[in-house]
Amino acid sequence: MPPTEHELRLRERLGRLRNLPLLGGARISGELERLQRQIERIGEEATDEEIWRKVELARDEDRPYTLDYVERLFDDWFELHGDRALGDDGAMIAGLGKLDGRTVVLVGQQKGRDVHERASRRFGMPNPEGYRKAWHAMELADRHGFPVVTLVDTPGAYPGVFAEQHGQGAAIARSQSIMARLKVPIVACVIGEGGSGGAIAIALADRVLMQENAIYSVISPEGCAAILWRDAGQKKKAAAAFRPDAVHCRELGVIDEVVSEPVGGAHIDPDLAARLLGQALRESLAELDGIPGDDLRRRRRARFRSLGVFA
Amino acid sequence: MAKIDVSVETNDQPTPPPSHPNTCPSCHSHYRDDELEKSQWVCEQCGHHFPMRARARIASLADPGSFAEEATELHSADPLGFFDLRPYTERLAQAEMETGLADAMVIGRAAIEKRQCELAVMDFAFMGGSMGSVVGEKFSRACDSAAEAKMPLVAVTSSGGARMQEGILALMQLPKTVAAVEDLHDSGQALLCVMAHPTTGGVLASFATLGDIVLAEPNALMSFAGPRVVQEITKEKLPDDFGRAEQNLRYGQIDAIVPRPELRPTLSRLLRLFDAPN
Repeated sequence: MPPTEHELRLRERLGRLRNLPLLGGARISGELERLQRQIERIGEEATDEEIWRKVELARDEDRPYTLDYVERLFDDWFELHGDRALGDDGAMIAGLGKLDGRTVVLVGQQKGRDVHERASRRFGMPNPEGYRKAWHAMELADRHGFPVVTLVDTPGAYPGVFAEQHGQGAAIARSQSIMARLKVPIVACVIGEGGSGGAIAIALADRVLMQENAIYSVISPEGCAAILWRDAGQKKKAAAAFRPDAVHCRELGVIDEVVSEPVGGAHIDPDLAARLLGQALRESLAELDGIPGDDLRRRRRARFRSLGVFA
Repeated sequence: MAKIDVSVETNDQPTPPPSHPNTCPSCHSHYRDDELEKSQWVCEQCGHHFPMRARARIASLADPGSFAEEATELHSADPLGFFDLRPYTERLAQAEMETGLADAMVIGRAAIEKRQCELAVMDFAFMGGSMGSVVGEKFSRACDSAAEAKMPLVAVTSSGGARMQEGILALMQLPKTVAAVEDLHDSGQALLCVMAHPTTGGVLASFATLGDIVLAEPNALMSFAGPRVVQEITKEKLPDDFGRAEQNLRYGQIDAIVPRPELRPTLSRLLRLFDAPN
């Protein structure tokens, strides 16, 4: 097989890297090996197209959203609308319900089905009010000893003038800080798009799950391509470079478990997708049962504090 | 008679080509390196705050000879084998050579007007101050170091956000630093944050806004999404001081704006206030 353009470029860079003057501790020699291995692996990896297919599935308009799962998994569902400060953000859902007869607090982003709902829910991009709604529900859970389940499905936090004026960054930080303090079990599952800060704001959990065709990333492929390639059209290349798919996230230790979906994707059979998700949530909650609150919290913080790769 | 709105026309003028880094973008005064160093990189004519490098920041805050750097051995790896137009490893090597720093944050023990504290200072010159695994780990260690020595942590931020080249692991530095702040708080120690221009994205949405005290330098941009992204998505006309320190103060997002020459005495006073009675 003739070398691809990508491989040729890699080889050229490898050659150039070999000639760089080495700084003390720059660890370039280790990187040389890594590049070499990368070249050897090229033939085996998922293609750009396969990774892009995951991105499309995660964003599929017919994919089940948070409320579709709530409807199928929870009894006695009661939605909590208020952030007790400023407004009711449609992009974020919070509420109480029974999962197998046990009261659970659920928090999750919600996209819309039709044009009007999409606009009113801002395509699942919360404002600070949405995150405040989430804090409020999670603090309620902590007071009453209810486990928390979060469903992550957002392209990101809403980039608006009003959102910035009302402290979007601080709202995301505070949401994580509250999750790092809770003494009740938290299980998070990425069910569609796990888009950057807007997603992690509700994903600092004891167990982090991810559906088979969900994506989880630091920036959208389009955004990454626009910045690093200076061309949003290079989105497939960008996605292939940071690989937002569940298997890769599992390899990096970012998530604990991949949740199966019906063949072809969750939208093919939402009922089956909900049963599979429900099963995974139950198993995770059962694993966390009986662990004292202080231990849960300590382990949760230690889990996230251990993430990162450096030399 | 038709009136011509001059203000609109002036606003529409194309931005002038980038000038010399020592020329004030606000009043066009030009300075020699030694003049800027003496004025702590603040324009003496109009008060514009030039970007300040991490080493210079530490020298301006810490008592002479008091700074003992920690975690100097940490260097970024390339967990994804990331390759855009250039390999990440090459970008790292270049940033290291240009800045003389191992990554975008320097941490260590220091004294500010004889008050002991831990310092964590970011440097925008190293890949836009972006937060990857090393910045996350250094901040996390700074929290532990402060907790162990029972002294407050002073963090000076300047960052474009998470480091894209580390993919999802860069995003994980948000919960990592947040968890570290919670551990610091549980130990009873304070976090004092100073946001320098710009502090945006992932750093704003994690430890920078979790300080017991949150300060900002004048005119520092502190927005989660950048002005261009907000403009593009919302098509709204942005307020003139969109995302700037002054707007954040007006909307109650920060505690105070502190001009650079007053930062050292301000931090010293705050450290006194957080000091244990004995």
